[in-house]
Amino acid sequence: MMVFDHENLVRIAKSWGLFYMLAMAVGVVIYAYWPKNKTKFDEAGRSILDKDDKPWR
Amino acid sequence: MIARLTQDERRNALIILGLVALMGAVLGLAGRDDLLGWHGLLIVIFAAGLALPILGALDAPEPTEDRENAYYDDPTRLGILLSMGWAVFGLFMGVWVAALLAWPELTFVDSPWASFGRLRPAHTTGVIFGFGGNALIATSFHVLQRTSRARLSGQLLPWFVLLGYNLFCLLAVTGYFMGITQSKEYAEPEWYADLWLVVVWVAYFLIYVLTLARRKEPHIYVANWYYMAFILVVAVLHIINNLAVPVSFGQVKAYSAFSGVQDAMTQWWYGHNAVAFFLTAGFLGMMYYYLPKRAERPIFSYRMSIVSFWGITFMYLWAGSHHLHYTALPHWVQTLGMTFSVMLLVPSWASAGNALLTLNGAWRKVRDDATLRFMMIAAVFYGLSTFEGSFMAIRAVNSLSHYTDWTIGHVHAGALGWVAMITFGSIYYLVPVMWGRERMYSSALVEVHFWLALLGTLVYVFAMWNSGVIQGLMWRTYDESGSLSYSFVDSLVAMHPYYIARALGGLMFLMGALVGCFNIYMTIRGASASVAQGDRPADPNADRSLVAGE
Ligand code: HEM
Ligand code: HEM
Repeated sequence: MMVFDHENLVRIAKSWGLFYMLAMAVGVVIYAYWPKNKTKFDEAGRSILDKDDKPWR
Repeated sequence: MIARLTQDERRNALIILGLVALMGAVLGLAGRDDLLGWHGLLIVIFAAGLALPILGALDAPEPTEDRENAYYDDPTRLGILLSMGWAVFGLFMGVWVAALLAWPELTFVDSPWASFGRLRPAHTTGVIFGFGGNALIATSFHVLQRTSRARLSGQLLPWFVLLGYNLFCLLAVTGYFMGITQSKEYAEPEWYADLWLVVVWVAYFLIYVLTLARRKEPHIYVANWYYMAFILVVAVLHIINNLAVPVSFGQVKAYSAFSGVQDAMTQWWYGHNAVAFFLTAGFLGMMYYYLPKRAERPIFSYRMSIVSFWGITFMYLWAGSHHLHYTALPHWVQTLGMTFSVMLLVPSWASAGNALLTLNGAWRKVRDDATLRFMMIAAVFYGLSTFEGSFMAIRAVNSLSHYTDWTIGHVHAGALGWVAMITFGSIYYLVPVMWGRERMYSSALVEVHFWLALLGTLVYVFAMWNSGVIQGLMWRTYDESGSLSYSFVDSLVAMHPYYIARALGGLMFLMGALVGCFNIYMTIRGASASVAQGDRPADPNADRSLVAGE
């Protein structure tokens, strides 16, 4: 069994830390720039400029 | 405000206030031989002060209109006023502290509460938590409702959060004057105030989640992500950094769960992320809503705002160790913090660039409208201070900047240039909307405030840059025999003119805020008739930015 002592945590942080951060970064960029998502995001950006005097029901 | 609560809700408010008062009474009795007794008393008075007007209005008529038909803006209105009140207090404290550094005899009263060590945290807490925190709560409620197209969840919960938070700020600041502190920067309040803030903060998060759950607009606008990151991460930071065991339940003093270098690392993991999530993520939420709104243009790249959001949230959490270069902290941890700090420049500049590119093509509006100009300058200073921060995080650079006024210059480039500017801009947008006016009472006074604020910031920041670099260089200059060329007092003498300049810059900044308060007061007064109509927000298009020549 693996012990969660300082040594082991440091080893995990120094190895897998890099890979999960990179994977996340790639994932976020793909999600944000996926061509199909473009209209959705463009609309979201414009949506706040609409009239907003009342809650929708 | 009370008129818009049902009688049941008024009764529930009284029950909550009763519980708070009871808690205060218990604390006060348990701590009657300690400073804690005074804080118990303060809590009781605070609760009683709020209960009195409710008691008086207990049988007043109930609201007749359908409340779900309108947004709930009363807490936002009060939040704006509280924020400006705290701004005046906190900035005044800043000017006083700055004056003390230039003329140490300016204490006026020879008594402990007026000593530098107690006034300084009153300044930092007053501006960060009092001014900044109230502005964040007020604007987040506004943005949340407008972007979700749904009314806030709960009638009392928003009041609980806003007023409970201000009780925390009061406990903090009055505590410093009495000498109560756990000596962790930006986390000075002791255990009982910390526990109270946890309760308030959980309620804040609940409001956010419950309102989002009722949203009518399926997409959650990016500003809400920033606000939520701010709420969530601040909760985690606050709880972990403040883990402590009180000496007894009748004493203010508590001992931290951490010691030695672990304590230092926990504190600066907290401290840096207080900057990242309180002073940055929350205000980015403000920027991503109010800047496009005021410019009447969608954000330049919505997609880039998503990428920078995840970049900022995930990278900031690893950067705290740049506050502990050349300490007992393991070298690799310092290097880790340094590396992440440098990488942080990318998402930070993506946000600053996104804001400025949004304005590209609307420069006429920026020229004519001081409100929008506040927001533009904020984006510029955000870019500047994050560049500076990434640079200062490099170990070799930090060896020059650490302990010097350069750090203070960096802090205030961020605090005055970014945090305060984006807040003033957002408040000038919000006040006419919230009080049903077409525009601010005087756009000329907004202009005056803008120039006082900008000038004050520039004077402050340039004075501290100069002073910091000179100070750092004097401390590391050796003569041929290998001994230091300057004594500490030599460097102090060299600082003196800069300290005077900083105090003057700060005074300008404070005067700008006072002008702002007057303008807001006049705007509200002029609108008193239309507010009584009900809490329906005014047509936001009414406050379209000024047209050239107006
Ligand atoms: C009127 C404007 C202001 C003046 C004159 C002023 C002055 C000062 C002074 C003299 C110090 C102590 C520096 C030292 O110990 O060497 C200080 C610290 C600090 N101020 Fe301000 N300040 C102002 C506005 C603000 C604002 C608006 C914020 C935040 C939103 C802010 C945040 C801070 C922080 C975080 C520190 C602690 C810095 C550190 O420990 O490194 N200040 N300020
Ligand atoms: C990429 C962004 C940033 C990085 C990498 C960064 C980095 C740094 C570094 C290296 C220090 C000096 C630590 C020391 O020598 O003790 C520092 C101090 C500080 N920074 Fe930043 N900074 C950034 C952005 C900001 C912003 C936007 C603000 C304010 C709104 C801010 C507020 C502060 C404060 C308050 C301190 C003083 C902490 C203390 O010693 O009390 N920073 N920052």
